[in-house]
Amino acid sequence: MLNAMENYSRKLPAELQRWQGKIKDIAQKAGLDFYETIFEMLDFNQMNEVASYLGFPTRYPHWRFGMEYEEMQKGYSYGLHRIYEMVINNDPTYAYLLESNNLVDQKLVMAHVYAHVDFFKNNTWFSHTNRHMMDEMANHATRINRYIERYGIETVENFIDSCLSLENLIDYHSPYIKRKREKTKQREYRPTIHKLASKPYMDKYVNPPEFIEQQKIKLKTRGEQKKKFPQEPEKDVLLFFLNHAPLESWQQDVLSIIREEAYYFAPQGMTKIMNEGWATFWHTKLMTEKILSDSEVIDYADHHSGTVSAQPGRLNPYKLGVELFRDIKERWDKGKFGKAYEECEDWERKEKWNKKLNLGLEKVFEVRRFYNDITFIDTFFTEEFVRKNNYFTYKYDPDSEQYKIDSRDFKKIKEKFLFSLTNMGQPFIEVMDGNYENRGELYLKHRYEGIELHRGYAQETLKNLVKLWTRPVIIETVAEDKPILFRYDGTEFMVGSIEE
Amino acid sequence: MIKRIEKDHQRFRQIVKGAIRKDLKKYISHTELIGKKGKNIVSIPVPQIEIPRFRYGRRQTGGVGQGKGDPGTPIGADPNDGQSTGQAGNSPGDHILEAEITLEELVSILADELELPRIEPKGKSTVVAEKTKYSSIRHVGPESLKHFKRTYREALKRQISLNSYDFKNPSIIPIRHDKRYRAWKEVPLPETNAVVFYIMDVSGSMGTEQKEIVRTESFWINTWLKANYKGVTTRYIVHDAAAHEVDEKTFFNLRESGGTVISSAYKLVSKIVRAKYNPEEWNVYFFQFSDGDNWGESDSETCISILKEELLPVANLFAYGQVWSAYGSGQFIEYLRDAFEDEEKVITSEIDNKEGIYDSIKVFLGKGL
Repeated sequence: MLNAMENYSRKLPAELQRWQGKIKDIAQKAGLDFYETIFEMLDFNQMNEVASYLGFPTRYPHWRFGMEYEEMQKGYSYGLHRIYEMVINNDPTYAYLLESNNLVDQKLVMAHVYAHVDFFKNNTWFSHTNRHMMDEMANHATRINRYIERYGIETVENFIDSCLSLENLIDYHSPYIKRKREKTKQREYRPTIHKLASKPYMDKYVNPPEFIEQQKIKLKTRGEQKKKFPQEPEKDVLLFFLNHAPLESWQQDVLSIIREEAYYFAPQGMTKIMNEGWATFWHTKLMTEKILSDSEVIDYADHHSGTVSAQPGRLNPYKLGVELFRDIKERWDKGKFGKAYEECEDWERKEKWNKKLNLGLEKVFEVRRFYNDITFIDTFFTEEFVRKNNYFTYKYDPDSEQYKIDSRDFKKIKEKFLFSLTNMGQPFIEVMDGNYENRGELYLKHRYEGIELHRGYAQETLKNLVKLWTRPVIIETVAEDKPILFRYDGTEFMVGSIEE
Repeated sequence: MIKRIEKDHQRFRQIVKGAIRKDLKKYISHTELIGKKGKNIVSIPVPQIEIPRFRYGRRQTGGVGQGKGDPGTPIGADPNDGQSTGQAGNSPGDHILEAEITLEELVSILADELELPRIEPKGKSTVVAEKTKYSSIRHVGPESLKHFKRTYREALKRQISLNSYDFKNPSIIPIRHDKRYRAWKEVPLPETNAVVFYIMDVSGSMGTEQKEIVRTESFWINTWLKANYKGVTTRYIVHDAAAHEVDEKTFFNLRESGGTVISSAYKLVSKIVRAKYNPEEWNVYFFQFSDGDNWGESDSETCISILKEELLPVANLFAYGQVWSAYGSGQFIEYLRDAFEDEEKVITSEIDNKEGIYDSIKVFLGKGL
């Protein structure tokens, strides 16, 4: 399947090949641990094409890739942005270099890429991703193309559109939890009254009639619970549809493809700040310490500052990530952690604190293995760090119709930040009942945490869900501090209040 | 082979065009939405085409930023949102996509939607230019047309297959048999030209709104005719009690007052046609817009007779659009309808407001004359 690349593939010129060897060596010696990495040269159009497919040269046909492509082409021709590199979590890893970049850029990108690959390989949140996704994506494309041949592009594409409305309704943590729902549990459920163990002659004392009666009631209610499905709210709404929506087998297959791809990309969303921070941390370190020649310093500084520049008011994940990693390294080098440091109230002493532990490098490697963005921010986004780097919260001010700086209070900033990362900034939606009021309707619930759903989007999303579920779909949420229901039955959209 | 992304891109374009088609009525009556981008490309705002998902209302979320400033300092658009203003309306598609399409694409959407027949240009037998087009290859021909690459390839093929190709000394010597020449075809090119006269009443009763309607409708008519003819010339005539020719800008901006003598315009137009546009070679179109107020019955009769004797014999189409105005009597359309009941070259339509433009265009261009 690797010959999918042959459409594009341009081997690296000899000089870059030589540099690749060197940089690989330097990166390995620095302690990075990565898969075999294959670099390819692409021109702008090819780069935009591959980027539209999120790095995979062979994906199923869908208009949204075309839309991405058009936007990227436009962005390029207006000089707004330009993609320098792409790297795919796969073994072997594929990474793309932009043909027109100069040598310094290419070196920078290669160093950056090796750190990304190290992250993919070693960060625990990636441990469940398919490392042969290149082949898998091509396989998905083949399957979907087969359906298109059979059912027509319109039918299949419309179905994919509907499925994509579910794409964010997955349980980001589920790959790491072994769930109960294993196939082996298919044995028939036969209710038996649970008695306490006893010798026969003691039985009526150990298990008196009242107790038996109690157990019977328990059994009955449990039986009723059995009938309700899902038994517990289901976070993986997509999986629920896969198992319970009345889909034809090709549709089921398409939905499973969408789900698989969503889970494959999920860890990248969960570690964006870290992953970029890590790659930037290493490319600066390797470039400045080992790779650069004197004449390249200016160009390097220019491009590097471009990638980590922060527009006023904006948060640049590259910048934040690398600053945090550097901060961690410094703190663990100097011993600025632990009880004694935390409890020290003397600002000046804290500032000058240095126990010369030199644990920094070890610590950052540990962090890259076990953390994701949420735990990363939760643990290392400290008050000192926030103060040093001028963070703030902002919010929309309806009077002036502008976004304004809201607060510089550390607690508020951190809270807001963590919230924006939780569930990748997506609302929590769960399936409560797949047979609501015994009418086969689907009852979803938005776990309200202070922010309302966008009503217009909710409405359009419900429409797509009804197409899949084929019965009315309801979502419970909160609007203006009151619980509220949105319901779509295939023709009409309704808003209702909840009677307790 | 078409590249995969090209296919996906085409699908996306189809969807965009579908969205434009759906809202065509809106775009027709609000040409201000349509921006010009270069010579042949227009941009049209269409609601962002996207996959709906459950998501937060943007404005409520706010977020974390970095930089200097005290609480209360405005920071502009939502910093977490790259492109849009973050309007949290109640419909999806707060994001607006500026779709760029070519005029031809727009016209073909227009044609499909309004069910406009293609125009049958007249005079195609008389005005035909011939153009030569190099479109194939043959074995014989003048040396000046030799196709070097093909010849080389043939020679290379032959030498390799005859094993006379020496890799150490890779010289290729074509023989007569290898030679390939470009060949041409004569393509008849109908040179059809059209001249369009826009005649507008600018008497006191035609207000800004009426002129806006005329402007919008002329834009579409022009676009359509341009798509059908290779060369379109437009001439603009305004009249109140007297008529004169003006340029495009003046045509749409001029405000005059006074009485209305429509025949003055007809006379002027007739004079211009006779002087410049031989009907043998030109397709002549007249589009007249007025609120239908004319100076007396006798002038209206003069108009009918000029139309009959001078204008209609040379015209492909005479279209009269009567724009509703609070001050006009709206009589003129009745005259025309009475006089030319059976004349298919004369088409009249009443335009009550901007929304009426859509139907009016359909009436005017629907016959394909």
